Amino acid sequence: MLIDVHAHFFPERSLRPDWRAYNASRLRAGERIGIAVHVTSTLGTFGLTSPTYFPSPDDVVYGNDFTMALQREHGARIRGYACVNPNYQEHARAEIARCRSAGLIGVKLAASRRADDPLLDAICETARAHGLPILQHIWQGRRRDWPGQEASDGAELCRLAARHPEVRFILAHVAGGGDWRHTLAVAPAQPNVYLDLSGSGVDGGMLEACVAAVGAGRLLWGSDITMDTGWAKLRYLKHLLSPADFELVAWKNAARIFPPRSFPGD
Amino acid sequence: MRIDVNAFLGGYPFAKVPGTSPQDVLAAMDRVAVDEAWVTHLPGLFWRDPTAGNAWLYDTCREFPRLHPVPAVHPGLADWPDVLREAVARGAPAIRCDPCYFALAPSGAEMVALAAAAGAAGRPLLLAVRLEDARQRHPNDVTPELPAAAVRALIRSAPAVRLVVTHADRGFIEEVHFGSTPDDARRVWWDISWIWGPPEEHLATLVRTIGSDRFVFGTGQPLRLPEAAVAKLDLLDVTPDERAAIEFGNAGAARGRKR
Repeated sequence: MLIDVHAHFFPERSLRPDWRAYNASRLRAGERIGIAVHVTSTLGTFGLTSPTYFPSPDDVVYGNDFTMALQREHGARIRGYACVNPNYQEHARAEIARCRSAGLIGVKLAASRRADDPLLDAICETARAHGLPILQHIWQGRRRDWPGQEASDGAELCRLAARHPEVRFILAHVAGGGDWRHTLAVAPAQPNVYLDLSGSGVDGGMLEACVAAVGAGRLLWGSDITMDTGWAKLRYLKHLLSPADFELVAWKNAARIFPPRSFPGD
Repeated sequence: MRIDVNAFLGGYPFAKVPGTSPQDVLAAMDRVAVDEAWVTHLPGLFWRDPTAGNAWLYDTCREFPRLHPVPAVHPGLADWPDVLREAVARGAPAIRCDPCYFALAPSGAEMVALAAAAGAAGRPLLLAVRLEDARQRHPNDVTPELPAAAVRALIRSAPAVRLVVTHADRGFIEEVHFGSTPDDARRVWWDISWIWGPPEEHLATLVRTIGSDRFVFGTGQPLRLPEAAVAKLDLLDVTPDERAAIEFGNAGAARGRKR
């Protein structure tokens, strides 16, 4: 069993004319890697009619509708996060409720607001009420603002997580750029923060450091937009971890933090 | 058979990286079924005289025959022709010069002279575009990335020049390939370490558009997990012959051997 907690499929209304081929490639590679479930989020129209990291309410609805359609079309193979923009508080909370009733299993916060902004508190409370984990886009060790996003780093997410101890947070793509050492210095002290290993990075020593920092019980496997590097890390984890710990990272931790019956065999 | 043309021995100055000894690199090669590796002395790349690491490199490769030395040559140091001659005499499959790390003009007169001399000596010149993701580098690591224009200029500078470029991404490769004459482009080989697989399918696209004969197997280990390059090939739909060419045949072609 293998669960990819950080996947993306592109909808027709996006900046990718090759969206069908892209989605087919993800599914094909997933079969080869052995991914049983892709847990995906759609960030609005990925920049077509509003910015990827600041999706408009209309685009949020469009993207989440697309995620729901994927879930319906692909049965157990695809599960989805409800993507919301916390600047539109009431809309975001209503969207989480709508998506949960349609079967989505988590909340995706991209980079519309800094993770420790009070605007996120109501989102977290809504996620808690529905029993949903929150996947938060993270720039590892952010040293400045980056164009197109109000990115957060691990320290900022941990501050939010401390305010909401009953919510499980997935710190996105530890290997997705920025200094992962910064994240590993802050994450161990916040037990409701789980690290998603996705991203293009395959740095020597990174996985050992992640295991040392938070243990296999708080690591989640994912790929994001580079499945080859995801597979590489999975292969190395098999070498690095005991079989029991490998199972935790491959799927058991995910099965534990998402709502019951989210995945086959749950 | 699988040859890694992009491997290092020794520590990295900007981060603690495990597994940098020859024994560790060989163990990693065993883990991912790499038979042989072209290796460079990594700390030397950051020294004032990068060639000062070559003696240790030659000794180490003599001790571990699966490792082949890719010594550093610094064309800004007066003895560089001797360093190149020694590399040839010791059977180095390639020589290495990373102009940005050595603070040389990437396509300046010194680099042009070295590329021509290496070509005349029957050795490809190996260059890295980068060693780390720019988003995570140490704040004091401000070395610029190798510009694609420099690769185009170097390959254009003399007909005997052959280049092996590592850590390049799709955009870089396309700029050089389609920004060069077909004859020039046939003398550049690209390692696959920094090219994305699915779902972006950059490697598959490049194999289709510029041909599998332009790519060599490279990992960037121990700075990067060697599993990544293997996984990339395992996700690539190519014929067994094409895969074998990428895994070892094209490295021989880069060395001037007939396939």
